Amino acid sequence: MYELRSIRKVFGDGSVAVDDISLAIGRGEHVAFIGPSGAGKTTLFRMLNLTLRPSAGALLLDGGEVAALSDAELRRARARIGTIYQQQNLVGRLRVVHNVLAGNLGRWSTPTALASLIRPRGTADAERALARVGIPEKLYARTDELSGGQQQRVAIARVLIQDPDIILADEPVSSVDPSLAVTIVTLLRDLSHESRKTLLMNLHSVELALTYFPRVVGVRDGRVVFDLAPDKVSGELLADLYAGHRDEEAQLEQIQDGTRLYGGACRPLAGFGK
Amino acid sequence: MARGSTAAPADRSPASASKSAFLWVFGAVFAVSVALSLRTAQVDPRLLVEGSTLANVARFVRGLFPPQLSREFLGLMLRPALETVQISVVGTAIAILIGVPLGLVATASLTWRGVLHERASRVARWGLGFVPYVVSRGALSVFRSIPEYVWAFMFVRAVGLGPFPGVLAIGVAYGGMLGKVYSEILEGVNPRPLETLQAAGASRLGVVLYGLVPQALPNVIAYTLYRWECAIRASALLGFVGAGGLGQQIELSMRMFQFDEVLTLLAILFVLVATVDFISGRIRAWVV
Repeated sequence: MYELRSIRKVFGDGSVAVDDISLAIGRGEHVAFIGPSGAGKTTLFRMLNLTLRPSAGALLLDGGEVAALSDAELRRARARIGTIYQQQNLVGRLRVVHNVLAGNLGRWSTPTALASLIRPRGTADAERALARVGIPEKLYARTDELSGGQQQRVAIARVLIQDPDIILADEPVSSVDPSLAVTIVTLLRDLSHESRKTLLMNLHSVELALTYFPRVVGVRDGRVVFDLAPDKVSGELLADLYAGHRDEEAQLEQIQDGTRLYGGACRPLAGFGK
Repeated sequence: MARGSTAAPADRSPASASKSAFLWVFGAVFAVSVALSLRTAQVDPRLLVEGSTLANVARFVRGLFPPQLSREFLGLMLRPALETVQISVVGTAIAILIGVPLGLVATASLTWRGVLHERASRVARWGLGFVPYVVSRGALSVFRSIPEYVWAFMFVRAVGLGPFPGVLAIGVAYGGMLGKVYSEILEGVNPRPLETLQAAGASRLGVVLYGLVPQALPNVIAYTLYRWECAIRASALLGFVGAGGLGQQIELSMRMFQFDEVLTLLAILFVLVATVDFISGRIRAWVV
């Protein structure tokens, strides 16, 4: 599916977000990415969903060089990749139904897209997608009236409508409460599993990564530190991965103590209570 | 932190010294210019309490009452009142026609910067994007930096007396303001949803329709309505230079010393403005 050859991303201000990453990811694989904040995971995902172009190296999707795609091919390739972001990135003033149906924009013509804004097209599909994420009654609610966790479900429902081959989830559970975190991770895993989608997920929580993914990639300072099955990921590797990052180190200690159930992903952010 | 706190006092003294020196110089220049201007502007407070001034004021105030409420006069004023509303409506419509296209071109995120132009060539970015962007920004700032009153004055010279120059004046001056504010609203939207739509394979128009428009539209409508409120006030004022409507009647009555008519006209204007404020306030509350 994906092949990365010495990918590098340097931003305009000279900061190196991704230094040198080479990876191969097969169709239908489930891979978790962990690492301290600022390791370059989000930048890596923005390159993987083809919105950011690598400064150097080659990014291949199904054997084809992404940089060589024409505009139309790039659009088609993007339509095959569904992204769920840390922030929900929805348009708050639109009703939920339109945010969900926006998953169709990769195939809809402009007149169809416009017509659907006036009279929603395929509401049954949208409702089914919302039912899968547990909020079918919110179809016509205004999006900015939903809670953080509900908005994250809307974002997932949109990806369901998009029905991509690859799902990229960039810290999808860092703004929801612990019980919902597990629900969302397992939901994405099951969805991807049953339709053989490739699932890549950035996770702040080491425990979620080790529990639910057969392959875990550790990223630090824009490089891959390890790429292993979860049972091969030792405490030493994790300690090295997070060395110097206090919050995450504390997370590891708590995991070892067994005091924390789901790891750091479950810390509710301000404004997102239970 | 510690280093910052030791460095701060040393840094502060020269800065505050130059600051207070500036204040002194500025204060002195201000005082001198006020003193000089008082003479040139012929400010003479004694005039305010002089007998003839007070008599004039008294005559004017006495003249206001009772207001002119004869059926004939009110009937005659119906047309100018309607004309004022019509000038504001047509003027605002023209302002929208000018403001929308120029405002869109003056929006950097639509012409040359941001997610919509990720693959534009350098030549296209400059020739088709940046150059028109700068030109329309310039046009908009010329349109709005000349007051509508001055525009009306020029249009009266060009097309003659009547409501038409008033309409044109409001259209051009407010078109400049609308275009500027439209472009600011469009550039101020949250870019994250736009990138999300792009990542899902949406076309550029798709990104605009589902990301940009829904975020911007309520503010665009609200600001346009606010400008319409301003336009009805302005259209009354424009009458003073001969651009029709209630303003022209107020000016005529003033010149004929018919102050009772002036009071009636001001009351009509007040009712018009209050009604328009109310209507647009309701629409805005509904849209936003």
